[in-house]
Amino acid sequence: MDSGPFYPRDRGWHPPAYTPGYKTSMTRAPSRPLVALGSTLSEETGPVFGRDMLGPRDNDLVLNFTGEPALGERIIVHGRVLDENARAVPGVLIEIWQANAGGRYRHRNDGYLAPLDPNFGGCGRTVTGADGTYEFRTIRPGAYPWPNGVNDWRPMHIHFSVFGSGFGQRLITQMYFEGDPLIARCPIANTLAPEAREALVAPLDMHRAIPMDALAWRFDIVLRGRRQTFFENRAEGL
Amino acid sequence: MSGRDYLRETPSQTAGPYVHIGLTPNLLGTRVYPGDLGTSPIREGARGERITITGTVRDGAGMVLRDVLLESWQADADGIYPGGDPRGPADPNVTGWARIAADFETGEWRLETIKPGRAPCPDGRPMAPHVALWIVARGINTGLQTRVYFEDESEANAACPVLARIEHKERVQTLLARRVGAGDYRFDIVLQGAGETVFFDL
Ligand SMILES: [Fe+3]
Repeated sequence: MDSGPFYPRDRGWHPPAYTPGYKTSMTRAPSRPLVALGSTLSEETGPVFGRDMLGPRDNDLVLNFTGEPALGERIIVHGRVLDENARAVPGVLIEIWQANAGGRYRHRNDGYLAPLDPNFGGCGRTVTGADGTYEFRTIRPGAYPWPNGVNDWRPMHIHFSVFGSGFGQRLITQMYFEGDPLIARCPIANTLAPEAREALVAPLDMHRAIPMDALAWRFDIVLRGRRQTFFENRAEGL
Repeated sequence: MSGRDYLRETPSQTAGPYVHIGLTPNLLGTRVYPGDLGTSPIREGARGERITITGTVRDGAGMVLRDVLLESWQADADGIYPGGDPRGPADPNVTGWARIAADFETGEWRLETIKPGRAPCPDGRPMAPHVALWIVARGINTGLQTRVYFEDESEANAACPVLARIEHKERVQTLLARRVGAGDYRFDIVLQGAGETVFFDL
């Protein structure tokens, strides 16, 4: 089990809390600076999830709701989870959720006029293997409009929730699809600097496509790394 | 990280309004998994004082968030963490982790758990008992980290090296759960403005 302090988060790489282009952030962003300290045991430890908790179809969103195939463009989304030291992170619980092929979510608060797909639930989960790899099968989510500006549309995206080996690595992000013209126009994608935004754009991966069945997209995820401590020196404060 | 042997952390994006589909699908009635994860941080037989922590999350306009989702992480009654604590195994009946969706109508959230013990800082000094919280919602671009401390642990709180690092002392009370009954605490979170909760970068 990994232990040891985390590298501090690079807050200039993550989106700032206050991003007026994304209107809801204006009242939900803390106005005071974060209290920044080195990590403690409370961040360096975290919940453990085993592959044994997974059902056989948990990572197959095409079939995992009713057993009948969901409508839409069938795709594979796969990749590796690494840390900032470029080491594979095994045992990572990844949970995803997304709209259906028409851009509609199965959620009580989504009233978009696109219909629900009776065979698409919209969630999946998996745990990374020893080499940090993961894989989902799903359908490509549709773009959808949302109330922000008068005519704002979300690009096609999949929401990702990721655990590491410590609670301080907890991360939620979104994967976008290479070539989608809506990415550059999206106020949420644009809470990030262009270079950081690029890290969320999954390229098409024809090597993993399944002929006559599914296209594939590759999305690698990087979690906070731990400081490699061979010599302990903790004289100064925390 | 700028060294070329290092990778950069994947940048955060908001959890958005539909986070429940992914993290608490059963709460929405979507039966893909047998149950939602993190429904309780303890099991029958967990050692320690049973407590409940109830609260809301309010925005800078004073509105209660009804779409917020929190996760909690804590030590057992002896201050040992269940996952990856180098000091040894924790109480087998404490999983330590919970996932809490606010009520869709009222915005109230509630955690039923045991009061954690004190875990040490890297320098060995004990932190005061606390529950780590991670908060996500629409409009929150990067999950917010805060901690629930307990107002009736004044001695431990006064000696906590993390609380000591909060420069504006009057803000420490935003991290103290108020005791409202035997074992019942209230912890209201304010995202922005007057009484803004302290959020950490740990
Ligand atoms: Fe979305």
